[in-house]
Amino acid sequence: MTTWPSLAPRGEAAPRGQMLRAQTRAELTLLLRNGEQVLLTLVIPLGLLVVLSQVPFVNVTGRRIDFFVPGVLALAVMSAAFTGQAIGTGFERQYGVLKRLGATPLPRSVLLLAKTSAVLLVEVLQVALICLVGALLGWQPHGSVFGTVALLVLGTAAFSGLGLLLGGTLRGLTTLAAANLLWFVLLSLGGVLYPLSELGPGQDVARLLPTAALSDGLRQLLQHATWSGQDLLVLAVWAVVSLTAASRLFRWE
Amino acid sequence: MTAALEVVDLVKRYGDRTAVDGLSLSVPAGSVVALLGPNGAGKTSTVEVCEGFRQADGGTVRVLGGTPASTRARVGVMPQGGGGYPGLKARELLTLFSRFYAHPHDPDALLSLLGLEEVAGTSYRRLSGGQQQRLSLAMAVVGRPELVFLDEPTAGLDPQARRATWDLVEHLRAEGVSVLLTTHLMDEAEHLADEVYVIDHGKVVAAGTVPELTSSAQAFVRFTGPVGLDVDDLLRSLGPDAVGKESPAGTYLVEGPDGPQLLAGVTAWCATRGVLPQGLQTRRTLEDVFLDLTGHELRA
Repeated sequence: MTTWPSLAPRGEAAPRGQMLRAQTRAELTLLLRNGEQVLLTLVIPLGLLVVLSQVPFVNVTGRRIDFFVPGVLALAVMSAAFTGQAIGTGFERQYGVLKRLGATPLPRSVLLLAKTSAVLLVEVLQVALICLVGALLGWQPHGSVFGTVALLVLGTAAFSGLGLLLGGTLRGLTTLAAANLLWFVLLSLGGVLYPLSELGPGQDVARLLPTAALSDGLRQLLQHATWSGQDLLVLAVWAVVSLTAASRLFRWE
Repeated sequence: MTAALEVVDLVKRYGDRTAVDGLSLSVPAGSVVALLGPNGAGKTSTVEVCEGFRQADGGTVRVLGGTPASTRARVGVMPQGGGGYPGLKARELLTLFSRFYAHPHDPDALLSLLGLEEVAGTSYRRLSGGQQQRLSLAMAVVGRPELVFLDEPTAGLDPQARRATWDLVEHLRAEGVSVLLTTHLMDEAEHLADEVYVIDHGKVVAAGTVPELTSSAQAFVRFTGPVGLDVDDLLRSLGPDAVGKESPAGTYLVEGPDGPQLLAGVTAWCATRGVLPQGLQTRRTLEDVFLDLTGHELRA
């Protein structure tokens, strides 16, 4: 005979901090458990860093490793904040997870904060591994840590907005296709694989894209210890526009 | 006692289509109420407005004296199908939901109550449909709600899993929890519900307790036997007030003013024909009422 626990009602919302921790943990578990996400956020960036810095496919100015670490950092941020968020959110909507969470006391603001926290935690892991591998390959960074973090955070905001915009408006499979295609396009034109100067006059257009702005901004700072005002401006505009559009257009189911 | 849920003149439209058309219902505190209706009758639309997933186009909904948004922490919701992270394990998913509440049930205790302890470490995507549904029920009650919405909680479950679900609903009621469930299973409504609302075309077509709905002025006898018995002869033997028919083939239904006389007459007539009436039934079932009210034609 089953012993029944008391089922007497006592419904009350948990403190927000507890909800945030639980939801962040779940989001992080989902990200790290998903093979495609790990491939996208960790394996590909680290693999590209090793290959590009060791094999002279393209000519770069200065030391190869110093050129490629900033670009790979930008790629890592794009993969986690944009592609990962878009695909994850798109499927969560399709599976009815977000709708279901809407019937619990979890506030939407806490859900979005948890998603952001999980992305930031993944980025900490990415940055640590990229810097470690870079250091092993002889990377010599310049510029300030504060400036680097500021650029990474601004880039995360811009890419998260784009990811939530895509994942919050399209169906799961459409999001998957669009996010992967955009990842490839932004990578190709992102100043990650080769210097943007190779594009000739096209580089002025490419530098208006968020990936190129982030990789160029990081490179100016880490390779040459200078700030690029244009890159900061481009990232800030992408962040404001994409987050505003996402908050207006996001659909929960 | 105040009602846990009070719906008055609810209207819900999707474009030109009116899914819910001036529907009113009430769930008294501590009772189980079933919404019974064919597909597309407006059951899920009604429940989704009460859950706060959809906005009403007219009428009022009061949930535990407040709005759906203001009472989320005291209400449990089991939607139709889905709603779990495919990559989380059953226990992780239930534990996550438990962390949204200040006084949750122990997730492991709930898993074992619903026969899910063996699959606690299995990811949601690898659970069978019935297991996902039971987990979904656990997610709906883990926060110790005062009012629970169950949208077709046992659709597609095997008999044991259905029984486990029914047991849980009965225990919830015994502890004063109010439940609104939708179903198109007659035996589920008969078994669980204190009150049944039969819904069709977005309106309440009948409401009451199961005995109220199934009682009628006319006595009723139904039995099965060989196909093609002479119904007209049977009715003549029963007297001028009896009516009846064979529907479907081999099932006979007769009605008359006096129950004991009617039953005696039927069995006597059968005896003269050498027929043993099988499955004798002297009360209308909820299904009879339901089909009378909503018609026999198939719905898309």
